[in-house]
Amino acid sequence: MAHTEWKDAPGLPDFSLLKRLARDQLIFLLEQLPGKKDLFIDADLMSPLDRIANVTILKQHEVDKLYKVELKPIVSSSDQLCFLIRPRIQTVKWISDLVNADKVAGRFRRYKIIFTPQKFYACETVLEEQGVYGDVTTDEWNFYILPLDDDILSLELPEFFRDNFLEGDQRWVTTAGSALRLLQSVYGSFSKVYGIGRCAKMVYESWRELMEDGEQRTRQPEFAKVFLVDRDVDFVTPLCSQVVYEGLVDDLFRIKCGSVEFGPDVTSSDKSIKVMLNSQDKVFSEIRNEHFSNVFGFLSQKAKNLQTAYDKRRGMDIQQMKAFVADELKGLKQEHRLLSLHIGASESMMKKKTKQDFQELLKTEHSLLEGFEIRECITYIEEHINRQVSMIDSLRLLCLLSITENGLLSKDYRSLKAQYLQSYGIEHLLTFANLRQLGLLEEQQAGETLTVMESKVGKLVNDKTVGKLTDAFSSLAKKSNFRALSKRLALVPKSGEEYDLRVPRDMAYVFSGAYIPLSCKLIEQVLERDGWTGMEEVTRMLNGQEFAVTGGSSSSEARSKTDAQRIVLVMFLGGCTFSEISALRFLGKERGCRFIVVTTAITNSSRLLEALLDNSA
Amino acid sequence: KYYYAFNILKIELYEMGWNLKDGLRECLVAAAPYGGPIALLKGHYRRSPSARPQLEIYSSSGLPLASFPWKSGVVKQLGWTVSDDLLCVQEDGTVLVYDLWGGFKRHFSMGNEVSQSQVLETKIFHSPYGTGVAILTGALRFTLATNIDDIKLRRLPEVPGLQEAPSCWAVLTQDRQSKVLVANGSQLFILDNTACTPVTPPGLSPQASSIVHMCVSFSYKYLALLTDSGHVWMGTSNLKEKLSEVDTKIKTPPKQMAWCRRPKSQQPSAVVMWDGLLIVVGECKETIQYHLDDDSVLVPELDGVRIISGTHHELLQEVPGACEEIFKIASMAPGALLLEAHKEYEKESQKADEYLREIKEQSLLSEAVRQCVEAAGHEHEPETQKTLLRAASFGKCFLSNFPPEQFVSMCRDLRVLNAVRDYTVGIPLTHTQFKQMTVQVLIDRLVYRKLYPLAIEVCRYLKTPEYQGVSRVLKHWACYKVQQKEESDEVIAKAVSVKLADAAGISYSEIATKAYESGRTELAIKLLEFEPRSGEQVPLLLKMKKSPLALSKAIESGDTDLVYTVVMYLKNELNRGDFFMMLRNQPVALSLYKQFCKHQEQDTLKDLFNQDDDHEELGNFYVKASYKDQRLEARVALLQSAVDEYYKAKNDFSAKTTEDEMRLLRFQRKLEEEKDEQLVGFSLQDTMTTLLSVGLHKHAEQLYKDFRVPDKRFWWLKLKALAEKEDWEELEKFGKTKKSPIGYLPFVEVCIKHHNKYEAKKYVSKVTPEQKVKAHLAVGDMEGAAEAAIERRNESEISTVLSRCSATTDHLLMERLNRAKATAVKK
Repeated sequence: MAHTEWKDAPGLPDFSLLKRLARDQLIFLLEQLPGKKDLFIDADLMSPLDRIANVTILKQHEVDKLYKVELKPIVSSSDQLCFLIRPRIQTVKWISDLVNADKVAGRFRRYKIIFTPQKFYACETVLEEQGVYGDVTTDEWNFYILPLDDDILSLELPEFFRDNFLEGDQRWVTTAGSALRLLQSVYGSFSKVYGIGRCAKMVYESWRELMEDGEQRTRQPEFAKVFLVDRDVDFVTPLCSQVVYEGLVDDLFRIKCGSVEFGPDVTSSDKSIKVMLNSQDKVFSEIRNEHFSNVFGFLSQKAKNLQTAYDKRRGMDIQQMKAFVADELKGLKQEHRLLSLHIGASESMMKKKTKQDFQELLKTEHSLLEGFEIRECITYIEEHINRQVSMIDSLRLLCLLSITENGLLSKDYRSLKAQYLQSYGIEHLLTFANLRQLGLLEEQQAGETLTVMESKVGKLVNDKTVGKLTDAFSSLAKKSNFRALSKRLALVPKSGEEYDLRVPRDMAYVFSGAYIPLSCKLIEQVLERDGWTGMEEVTRMLNGQEFAVTGGSSSSEARSKTDAQRIVLVMFLGGCTFSEISALRFLGKERGCRFIVVTTAITNSSRLLEALLDNSA
Repeated sequence: KYYYAFNILKIELYEMGWNLKDGLRECLVAAAPYGGPIALLKGHYRRSPSARPQLEIYSSSGLPLASFPWKSGVVKQLGWTVSDDLLCVQEDGTVLVYDLWGGFKRHFSMGNEVSQSQVLETKIFHSPYGTGVAILTGALRFTLATNIDDIKLRRLPEVPGLQEAPSCWAVLTQDRQSKVLVANGSQLFILDNTACTPVTPPGLSPQASSIVHMCVSFSYKYLALLTDSGHVWMGTSNLKEKLSEVDTKIKTPPKQMAWCRRPKSQQPSAVVMWDGLLIVVGECKETIQYHLDDDSVLVPELDGVRIISGTHHELLQEVPGACEEIFKIASMAPGALLLEAHKEYEKESQKADEYLREIKEQSLLSEAVRQCVEAAGHEHEPETQKTLLRAASFGKCFLSNFPPEQFVSMCRDLRVLNAVRDYTVGIPLTHTQFKQMTVQVLIDRLVYRKLYPLAIEVCRYLKTPEYQGVSRVLKHWACYKVQQKEESDEVIAKAVSVKLADAAGISYSEIATKAYESGRTELAIKLLEFEPRSGEQVPLLLKMKKSPLALSKAIESGDTDLVYTVVMYLKNELNRGDFFMMLRNQPVALSLYKQFCKHQEQDTLKDLFNQDDDHEELGNFYVKASYKDQRLEARVALLQSAVDEYYKAKNDFSAKTTEDEMRLLRFQRKLEEEKDEQLVGFSLQDTMTTLLSVGLHKHAEQLYKDFRVPDKRFWWLKLKALAEKEDWEELEKFGKTKKSPIGYLPFVEVCIKHHNKYEAKKYVSKVTPEQKVKAHLAVGDMEGAAEAAIERRNESEISTVLSRCSATTDHLLMERLNRAKATAVKK
């Protein structure tokens, strides 16, 4: 690799322990319902479950048939039904209907609901209201964290983003707190906690309370510092097109729970292949953090090396050949297979991404980030909408425009919105309402609406607990201040300078040298300053809510430069992108530390915006 | 004071503080094990309706704790539970439970069968599962409850051949099950849940024709049987082994019999009591006899028997090994020598050295110290304890590596034991009992007796962790304090907060609950204020109907489940209007409730917005609803409601857009009917695309005009649609209708995309100069591209063309271009 690595980059804790814990608990729960049973699994739990306990293990514990929860009537002849679900009202209601239907049909079965990661009172209320509370037993599977890779831990809760930031529903806060508590109890306490954002603060509080309740353990900590950050602190980064290999694969093929399905155009055969993407994949681990323009060159070099390795066997005697077949051939073949897949993927990528329109799209994004030629950008977006290039991409550009410009001029806002609605239907009125609520897409306010807002805020101020609320209205008052922030934190490098993407000099390389992710820059600055001092201006523009706390193990050992002290846990509340992870990996290499990313889910621009659509349910 | 014989000794514990005229005569007596309280039911046998019996409760030292006239039914048996509650078993099978202050706690029944056939005899027993009650009914059947805190009645099988009350019976705990051992004459049966099994004690002397009395040891391991021939048979309770058999030579039935044995002791010994006589039987043929002046009661203990009479309270015990070794006359045991050495040392005699030497020579000094410490533990007299401990301490000085723990903890334990044995407290625990019962339980007992200061002292002295120790005691104290009716709320709240201020882990909500239960709501609220965890306050606040406070506390706690709990409670408790008003002031609760309504109660959601006059949200609500409805009329109606709401919200934009949508829907519907094309629900764009693709140009045009579709959009749309159909003629016409708002480059590109170079070329000339090069390149006209680029003298355009030229075919062109580029650069 191009960067100079710190020779003594600290090793990472072994997170496979978390999987084992989750598996053991699940098995225990399944055994609570002895005998053959059919298992119904929430669709979005399928992949995570597969990483914890595969079908064989489930069968060993008397799971007869496996079904996906589809919220439709079921066909099952089993006398015992077990449901493994997220605590969602809709799903619980569906189960209640099943139970009631069985009752009407005079059928007796046993039902058990396993909620993961936790049970919510609301779900029990539904069971009660539907009159099946006594017919169903419930349990909790405390499966909080899925390790996706050596340095990525995911809560696999995509709905966290919408529930928390849009609906103002804080029920997942304790879940995030519990996840931290779990990490702490398995891997030791933290010496320092930083954070920014309202949700981050609440998660920290919830975590602290959990710690106080439980017994105190003094252990050699495996992490030094924790950084909590709300997704709404930085919306710009996830809205940008990703150009680092892993991010690009996610944008194009959608990485699901650490694995991706490459279609026929990549595999150059007629079938799709599912590939795990993590550090175990030697080829992938070397290119995942690279700008995609470098990837192809790297892969072809790799192919050459591989050929040389294969060629070694020429001129070998029998003995050498035997050794070669025994020791190397398998590895080479494996590498060969992976290499051809990634070459296929990057080919398909190049085909799509080097086309004229992608270049223009990137150019527009960069102009927006720089605040340059805004008029042209608006024209471009307008054309984008008119030509119906992509529903999500158009929305993404609109949001990017609004955030970077602190809202759109009334005239532009109305015309663009009207055109968007003509293109994609009036139901997006609701989408626009959602985007406005989050401060993603706003009309620059004139007098009238402001008074409405003020009266609403005023009403809240009368309330004693105003400080603790996530009121949807606060986002109305929130200005993104992107331009000022960008200037103060030097997020956008001076234009005109050549940026050699093969030798990245800062985190901006993840966006072709055009922009340093705000979230990552904040982390860098805070770690450097060991707190928020000197960043008052920045935090004010980000709406405050920052904190820095010295944690439990405040003893002198915390100061010692053990490996653990150079491991930083970053928790993204509301999701993080692969580009951010790549940027943090880069930062880690520069600073000789390692970052572990804990996220409520992996996100990207499409997922972020799809979560805010309101045209379906 | 010491009666050494057959290594049994009797110690006087207390001279009883009570003043009983008739002693224990005609009293029903029950004393709790582990030095617990004593209950007396006086005048119980008189059975005259005029004189009610009197129930009295005393400490072990005879200090009165409670006294009240018995007003319920005829009591058959008194007994204590493991947690010092008094059980009174009535003739009809009802069991009444009292605390040791005589406060009534609850009652339960032993079942219909018992109440019908009445209680004949009853026994109260303790097992690892708690306190149990066994009843022999008038129908000669046994009913059993193993744990009175979790009553599961078991009726045991019938005993064959039982015609009248059995001569004696006892409850056993074996194999994790409670069983009854019954003697009917000389026959012996074991009753368990399922069966009645006849058993024979091995080696029972054949003279006996009947078993008249039996007793089981404290640990349920041993059994003693007394036969009508006056023989006591002792063996294991599983009836597999006989330990000994002794002839008492008394053939009258005894009043009571009990085991007197310390754990791990090898010698069996039992105590049999007749009127005025107590006989201890052991392994050998001889017995020890004690004369009793007064009516007495035997109380079996873990390591001995207590004897309570009208005036005295004594402990009968096997002499502990260590004590025997040391105090035996002329003992040469190391402990005895050490004690002697220390005595001489105190006298400043050199003999001390001689004794010490003797011990050290046999390297038994550590054994000697151990013996003295252990013996001290068994002694009740503080002076003797001190002497022994001093000797131990003296011996320790000559040992280098002796671990101090045993000595230190014994000193601590003894100090605690002496304190609780004190006459005023009256808990005569032995060291063995204390270790078995644990400090936790001792503290519980002290708390139960409201001896809070002593309990706290003990906790502090034994360094019990705060959570289990001081804090717990303080909590109990506070719970008691809040029930004192004579003091004002303020005074109590203050007293509680001052005392509990720095104690860790206090749950104020528990104390407040107590206050509320005793009818002091105001005090409860005051106390809740001290509770640091707001979540803990919520359940009680709800119970007290302080819902607004409960809601804000729940929100403060950050626990959404708790918020839900309160919201759901309020929903059922309040009328709708009040409920909404309350939510309105609590946005967190409101958004949670909205989430719930979204799935469960759509209409409630609407009501919520209505109440808030949130017209914007109402509009959104209707729009959303319209998409769920299949019927067009309903959809239009819902959209109309949305329009009204948007206008009220002064959101003209949304209102207009929604009106447009209504128009569009009607239009689509009309067209669907006329032209049989699937259109309803399409976006404007999709509608126009569809119309164009099926050739309904006029209708598309109409939409374009009606909905003020931007020119650019329409041109793009039509361009694409025509190219898609490869309707080149129509395209050409369209291109000529007026000047294209999107320019002509798209025309070129669209044609190329559909592989029609011929058509594409038609539009190249119309393209603006800036796009000329691109257009020429698109149709593959290198010459034209080069012309255009050179004409425009644009360096980058020239380069673009150059890059597309191939060296073989376009040689001349490249030269021209290179020249032009050179001049362009110069310029």
